[in-house]
Amino acid sequence: MSFLEYRVKTAPTGLRKVLHLNWALVVLVSAVSAIGFLVLYSIAGGQMALWAEPQMKRFGVGLVLMFAIAFVPIWLWRNLAGLCYGVTLLLLVAVEFFGTVGMGAQRWIDIGPVRLQPSELMKVTLVMMLAAYYDWLDPKKVSRPLWVLVPILLIVVPTFLVVIQPNLGTSLMLLMGGAAVMFAAGVSIWYYAAVLALVAGAVTAVFTTRGTPWQFLHDYQYRRIDTFLDPSADPLGAGYNIMQAKIALGSGGWGGKGFMQGTQSRLNFLPEKHTDFIFTTLGEEFGFVGTLTLLVLYGLILFFVFTSAMQNKDRFSQLLILGIGANFFLYIAVNMSMVMGMAPVVGVPLPFLSYGGSVMLVLLIAFGLVQSAYVHRLR
Amino acid sequence: MRRTARDSEDSARRVNRRALLMGGAFGAMFAVLGARMRFLSVEQADEFRLLAEENRINMRLIPPERGLIQDRNGKLVAGNEQNYRVTITREDAGDVEAVLNRLSHLIPLTQDDLERVRKDIERNSPFVPIIVADRVAWDDFAKIALNAPTLPGVTPEVGLSRHYPLVEDFSHVVGYVGPVSERDLAELTDPDPVLKIPKFQIGKIGVERWMEDTLRGSAGNKRIEVNAVGRVMRELERTEGTPGADIQLTIDADIQNFVQVRLGDLSAACVVIDVNTGELVACTSAPGFDPNLFVRGISQRDYSTLMEDDHRPLANKSVQGAYPPGSTFKVVTALAALEAGVITPETTHYCPGYIEFGNRRFHCWKHGGHGTVNLTRSLEQSCDVFYYEVAQKVGIDAIAAMGKRMGLGVRHDLPMSAITEGIMPNKEWKQERWGQDWRIGDTINASIGQGYILASPLQLAVMVARVATGRAVEPRLVKSIGGKPVEMPTPPLLDIDASHLRAVQAGMDAVMNSERGTAKSSRIADETMLMAGKTGTSQVRNISAAERARGVTSNDDLPWERRDHALFVGFAPVDAPRYAVATVVEHGGGGSTVAAPIARDALLRALTGGIPPLDAYPAAQRGRIETDLNALREKLRVTTTPQTTRA
Repeated sequence: MSFLEYRVKTAPTGLRKVLHLNWALVVLVSAVSAIGFLVLYSIAGGQMALWAEPQMKRFGVGLVLMFAIAFVPIWLWRNLAGLCYGVTLLLLVAVEFFGTVGMGAQRWIDIGPVRLQPSELMKVTLVMMLAAYYDWLDPKKVSRPLWVLVPILLIVVPTFLVVIQPNLGTSLMLLMGGAAVMFAAGVSIWYYAAVLALVAGAVTAVFTTRGTPWQFLHDYQYRRIDTFLDPSADPLGAGYNIMQAKIALGSGGWGGKGFMQGTQSRLNFLPEKHTDFIFTTLGEEFGFVGTLTLLVLYGLILFFVFTSAMQNKDRFSQLLILGIGANFFLYIAVNMSMVMGMAPVVGVPLPFLSYGGSVMLVLLIAFGLVQSAYVHRLR
Repeated sequence: MRRTARDSEDSARRVNRRALLMGGAFGAMFAVLGARMRFLSVEQADEFRLLAEENRINMRLIPPERGLIQDRNGKLVAGNEQNYRVTITREDAGDVEAVLNRLSHLIPLTQDDLERVRKDIERNSPFVPIIVADRVAWDDFAKIALNAPTLPGVTPEVGLSRHYPLVEDFSHVVGYVGPVSERDLAELTDPDPVLKIPKFQIGKIGVERWMEDTLRGSAGNKRIEVNAVGRVMRELERTEGTPGADIQLTIDADIQNFVQVRLGDLSAACVVIDVNTGELVACTSAPGFDPNLFVRGISQRDYSTLMEDDHRPLANKSVQGAYPPGSTFKVVTALAALEAGVITPETTHYCPGYIEFGNRRFHCWKHGGHGTVNLTRSLEQSCDVFYYEVAQKVGIDAIAAMGKRMGLGVRHDLPMSAITEGIMPNKEWKQERWGQDWRIGDTINASIGQGYILASPLQLAVMVARVATGRAVEPRLVKSIGGKPVEMPTPPLLDIDASHLRAVQAGMDAVMNSERGTAKSSRIADETMLMAGKTGTSQVRNISAAERARGVTSNDDLPWERRDHALFVGFAPVDAPRYAVATVVEHGGGGSTVAAPIARDALLRALTGGIPPLDAYPAAQRGRIETDLNALREKLRVTTTPQTTRA
């Protein structure tokens, strides 16, 4: 499908596009980010400069970026999908050689003043690539083995590069995000059944090789899994993070301890309190009311994302939006499960809340694409 | 390649179906997350809230400051001094060996110290501070503080520690404190949590132990907020404890010191008691020891030195030592006879130097005998035969009863360790103890304070005080607690005929002040302070026939540990008694030559309130006494102004 097929005339042009943005999403994203600023301000002990201010600046930059991307016609993005994917893949390879080690893994690459996490960017460009691929592919052929193999390769290559960083959380998200796009594109569920069976086998393999020289995961990752299975067994060691996170969340109760009153975060009992575990501080200070509000806001964002996908008649747009929505959901689900003691600690940030430049920018870029697809949808 | 609109719509519908499926799955996951939030924050909230508080808040006990012990004039006997110590925490030290090595260049540390530290470090958790050096000199302490950056994990600390400025003078009375041991804890049914504070000190013996509850006070506590690594962020709440109550003893530290020095190297005890109130003015046992050694944790070598000394410095001979009272007991026999009506003050007996009973001959100490003696003469010259005769008529039970009335064979309740009850035997006692009948020979022995009778210097002092006043004087050691004076009612009368008491007192007067008195050489010459007394010499064992054959006739020929004990009891002034004294010099020989001079000096010291003036002594002795007193003055502890302030 070429851009000629879009009925360009019915799509808004110029500044009129502003009126046709999905403003509900803009407001919701801003609201969640605002909650993030509030919590970051509180964790820093009432200090703006430490975390809240940089985060706001990034949000501002990201918002501009989002609008810019939204104004670019979606078909242009479709045509650029292959290029974006290729560049990100190259960046991932570059990280292997020139990356900065942080948190025990190679994740960042310094490009001038920007510190970039290509693995985060890959979440978006992979979705773009897959959506473009399925847009190109005859829908009747999606379940044919050869045509299934191509997207699998598109997913597995970057995933492999992320795994060896090593970054388990992101690689899992790449896998599941990619799988979600394939699912939306209509790939037969039997493939999924087969993959599930394979995964089950792999898990068994991973655990049976544990302790041998050819074990698959790092020791710390094994330990994290152990901890997940029984965090209380080692409350001062490996289980400390999860235990303290649960204490923070639980002690908030219904209404929380109040803004800036969280003892767990203020006294440093919480690990990674401003990044991956930010949700616990929210829970401690604003209680169940606060966490549920956040969950509802996330739910609304997902709702608007999904409806905008279903309203859209363009296949690339649909798959792109659904892929981004699935990724967004994965962030939330993995992070929350992790801090609430339902999943191993794998280092996935909470979207728009966790402190971190790459994630914030990538998310806003992704929402820019969603907006672009929304603005330039077939009417 | 173009697709039909129908194809496109088909595929779009298909995507929408899949989208709905995904949306449904996501929604379900959100429901699970929401439920989990509810579970944690609502259902388990209380539990987690508690855990959060436990995380955050630590309770710390504030050890109370131990009460001071002062003498009757407020002079400090036991106080608390600042104690600088150095600790090391393995966790923070990193390379422990390197740090210890650097530390040993800064402050004196022996190889033993280092060995102990290494052992302690191994035994304890890495975050437990181990004491490297205790009682560090200020200079060394400052050096460590200065070098802190190169000594990770090393912390200079300041604490309070017990200190006994008068060293050995009160070692037996006041005792000492030491770290709480497992045994201390086991003895208590409900141990005060403050005892679990590391380095907390508890009274081990003496007043420190027996008045522990008064001295300890109660712990305060503080609730502190700590962060994840245990650093104290702020104090939330502080409840001050109550410091222990100060205790003022009845003992005068200066008199105590004088007597202690006077006893010198002897293995001896001397008790001075206020006859009107029962207040112990001095209660000494020589040799003493330095209680500060025990507070610090005594070294094995120091301890064995103390244990192996045949003069037994650790024993509190004044209350713990039980000695045959010897002739000092004649006072009791005489009173028993008078009260029983067996004799009057005028009754006389003839002393040929011995009496024969059955096939046994009981000697008087004087070979030729005393001739005809009445009560006064019998005391004055300490005639044994008089009492042999009298005792047979009175019987042991009456004598024992009188002994108990005079405070012998009775445990006097004082806050000191190992107070002996002594032995005041009667027929029943012998039957119970030995399963034998009481024999008349036992009575004869008992009449002169030999045989089964045992009494401590404290009991003898009480006995004299009772003889001097006719009142049931009870010894007292504590003058006030926490500034509140302990009530000291006038002791009740003993219900002994005044004329009988006077007769005995006259006899004791004669011992000192008559021409033939056994202790006339130890008399006080000052008319206003004349003293009365009674000597005693108690045999540790008889001189055997074999020894006699070898030419051993006197004590001086025997090895020290087999010589007689020298005893003396007395009071002064004779006409208006104020102080009574009892002195025992272990293996000292004769009571009149060894014990009586000590007792005289002690009484004079108490009566005059200073070094005894020379004119209180008989003119003939003054030259020698002056030399002695001067030598003694050299050794006295320099009197300091009363210390009442807390450390």
